[in-house]
Amino acid sequence: MEFGPHFFLASLEGAVNAAVLALMAVGLSIVFGIMRVVNVAHGEFFMLGAVIAWWISSLVGGHPAIGFVLALLAAPLIVGAIAVAADHFVLRRINYDPERTIVATIGLLYVIQQTTLMTFGPEARPVEAPFNTRLALPWFEKTADGFSMYWPWGLSTTSYKLAVIAAAVVILIALWLFMTRTKIGLIMRATQLDREMALTHGIPVDRVYAMVFGLGAGIAALAAVLIVPIQQAHYLMGGDPLLLSFIVVIIGGLGSIPGTIIAALLIGMSDGIISVFFSPTVAKIIATLLVAFVLIFRPQGLLGKRIA
Amino acid sequence: MADKKNSPVNVNRRTALKTLAAGAGGVAASGLLPGLGGYSQVHSAEPIKIGFQVHRTGIGAAYGRWYDRTTQACVEKINAAGGINGRMIEIVAEDDGTDPKRGAEVVEKFASQHNCDVSFGTLFSHVVYGSAPRAGELKMPYFVVSEGHHVASGALNRYTLQPGITDVKSQVEAMAPFISENLGKKVTMIFPDFAFGHDHRDYFSAAFEARGGTILEKIAIPPTETSFTKYFPKIPRDTEVIYHVMVGPAVLTFVKEMGEFFGPSKPEIFGFIDSLEAVDIASPGLEFLDGTYFWEGNPRYAQEEQSEFDTAYREAVGVDENGASVSDAKDVSTYAHMFGCWETLHIIKRGMEAADYKGPADRTKLIEAVEAMSDMPHSFEHPQGAKLFNGKTHQTFGHQYISKVTDGKLVLAHTTSIEDTLYEDEVDYTAQSF
Repeated sequence: MEFGPHFFLASLEGAVNAAVLALMAVGLSIVFGIMRVVNVAHGEFFMLGAVIAWWISSLVGGHPAIGFVLALLAAPLIVGAIAVAADHFVLRRINYDPERTIVATIGLLYVIQQTTLMTFGPEARPVEAPFNTRLALPWFEKTADGFSMYWPWGLSTTSYKLAVIAAAVVILIALWLFMTRTKIGLIMRATQLDREMALTHGIPVDRVYAMVFGLGAGIAALAAVLIVPIQQAHYLMGGDPLLLSFIVVIIGGLGSIPGTIIAALLIGMSDGIISVFFSPTVAKIIATLLVAFVLIFRPQGLLGKRIA
Repeated sequence: MADKKNSPVNVNRRTALKTLAAGAGGVAASGLLPGLGGYSQVHSAEPIKIGFQVHRTGIGAAYGRWYDRTTQACVEKINAAGGINGRMIEIVAEDDGTDPKRGAEVVEKFASQHNCDVSFGTLFSHVVYGSAPRAGELKMPYFVVSEGHHVASGALNRYTLQPGITDVKSQVEAMAPFISENLGKKVTMIFPDFAFGHDHRDYFSAAFEARGGTILEKIAIPPTETSFTKYFPKIPRDTEVIYHVMVGPAVLTFVKEMGEFFGPSKPEIFGFIDSLEAVDIASPGLEFLDGTYFWEGNPRYAQEEQSEFDTAYREAVGVDENGASVSDAKDVSTYAHMFGCWETLHIIKRGMEAADYKGPADRTKLIEAVEAMSDMPHSFEHPQGAKLFNGKTHQTFGHQYISKVTDGKLVLAHTTSIEDTLYEDEVDYTAQSF
C-alpha cells in the first residue's frame, strides 16, 4: 500500500484505540484525582464490562442490537455497583491509605480475574456488533490534470469503528458537562480540592468517594462494551489497557480530565501509527520514554497542577 | 474515621473481611494450588503417576482445557481396561500458566514433590523450551504434545519425546505442494512473532521457494496483539495467496479484521486452523472464509467418511459432530491438536508394557522402548491416523489434512501421505547417554 492511504488507515485504527483509551484513562484519572487512590484493578473493571456484555448479549436473543444496547446500559451499572461494594468493604476499611490501597487493589485485581476465569472460562468470546458495514474509503492522487479520486485496495473501515469514535466523544463531553455543570460535579471537585474543607461544609465525603469509584469503574466498563464487538471478551484483556492508561494519566497530569484526553489521543494515535510503520515494540518504547521525560521535566504532567 | 473503631460498623468490617478472606482462600485452593488434592487420594495398589503439565491459565488456557478433557477421557478408558501392567494411572495435573519459568517449576514438582513416574502434556513451544532442560537434569521422561520443531531439531535432550503429534516443519512442508499447485505462486505469510511462528516462516518459505514459488512478504505479529488492521497494509497488492497462522485469545479478531480489510477483492486464503482453534467457524464476520482452505491436524467436523476410531474417540472425549462439547455447542474444541494427548498416553502405556516398567528406576528402559517404536497403525489408540515414529529424532510423522470451508463447515479436501511430511534427520538422540 502507498504511503498516503497506509497512513490514513493507521490513523483511523489509532483513533479507535485513542477513543477507548481516553475513556478508560479518564476513569482512572478521576478516581486518582478525587480519591488519591491508584486503582490497579481498573483494568479488571474494564474486563468485567466486556464479560458482562457477552453474558447479556448471549442471554438476549433476537437482533444483536437489542443485546448490545442492554449491555451498554446494564454493564456499567453492574460494574459500578461492584466497584461501590469494593469501596465500601475494602478501600474505606483501610482509610484510603495510599500504600495500602495499592496493595488492596492489586488483591482486587486477582480476585476479579480469577473469579472470571473460574466462571466465564479461559476462552475469548465474541459479541456481535449491532451494525457492521464495511466502508471502502477513497484516496486522492495528483495526476497530470489535477487531483483525482480513487479507491485503494484495502483502505476501509467499518461503520461500527466510526461509531465507537463518535460514542467516545459524546461520552467524554457528557462527563465534562457532568463534572463542570452539575451540583454533584461541583461536590466532587470540591472534594478533590480539599477533602477536609469539604467535610466541614457538610459534604458526605464517604458517599462521594463511593460514587467516584463506581463512576470510574463504570466508565471503564462502558469503554469495554464499546470495544468488545471489535476485540472479544477475555479474562486477561485488562492488562494492556491498564498499562496504557497509567502512561496516559501520568503524561496528561494526574487528575486532569482535559490533560488525560490529550494524552490519550497522543498515545493512542502514535501507538497505532508507529506500530504500523516501525513495530509495536518501538511504539511501547516511545510511550515509556515519553513518560520518563514528562516525569523529569514536567512532573505534574501536561495539564496537571503542581501539588504544593 | 478513627472514632468509628468501636462502633458496630467494625463488626461489619470483620465479617466482611472474613467473607472476603474465605473467598480468596477458596480461589487459592481451587485455582492456584490444584495439586494439593492429590495427597488425599489413597489407592490400594500403587498407581502409575503421570505428571500432567497443563495450560490452565494464560494465553494457552483454551488449549489446556481441552487437553485436560482429552487426557481425563483417555485415562478413564485405559484404567477401565485394566490400566498399565495392572496398575491404574493417576494424573497429577499442575498449571504451567503458559509460562516457561513456571513450566520448569512444574516439572520439578512432578519429580521431587509428587514422585511422578513420567511427565506429559503442554502445547506452547516456549513452555516446552523452558521445561525440557529441567526434565533432562532430573532424568524425568517428558512427553510433549507441542507441534514445535524443537524436539526433532536436536535442541532438547534424550528425555524429551514427541511421539503423539507431528511437528510444524513436517506440517508446512507437506502444505507447500498443495498451495503451489492449487492456489498460487505468490504468497504473503502472516504469523505470530515467536518460536512457533518462526518455524512456519522458515520451513514453509524454504519448501515453497524450492517448488518455484515466491514469498512476497513475511508479516510477524506479536502473539499478545489485539488489533490487526494496521498490519494488513503491508500485504503486497500482487499477492495471490495469504498464508496465515495466529495464536492467542485474539485469533477471531485477527481473522475478522482480515475479512474487513480485503472486502470483496480477496486473494486466495490458506490458514492453519490454529488461527481459529476453539472458535466457531460460523461466528459472525467469518462468512468471507467460505471457499478458503485450512490445515487441520485432525478434522474438526465429523466427515462423511469418518473412521470408526474417530467416532469412538469423539464420543469418549465428549465432542459432537461439529467439534464442540456435547454439553455446550458454543464450547468449541481444539480438535486439531488435542488428539495428541490421547495418542501420547497410549504410547506411554505401550512403552511401559514393553519395558516391563516397575518404577522410576526403569525410566531409561521406558525411553528405549519408545525409541524402538516405528509404525503406529490407524486404530482406537491413534484415531487421527497412522503414524511413523522416528526413534532417533524422538518425533512422530503422520497424515495432514486440508479442509475447505463450505457452508460454514470444514470439509476435508485433501489428505497428505506420510511420505510428504518426512525430512532428513537433524539429530540422533539415541547416541546421547542417559
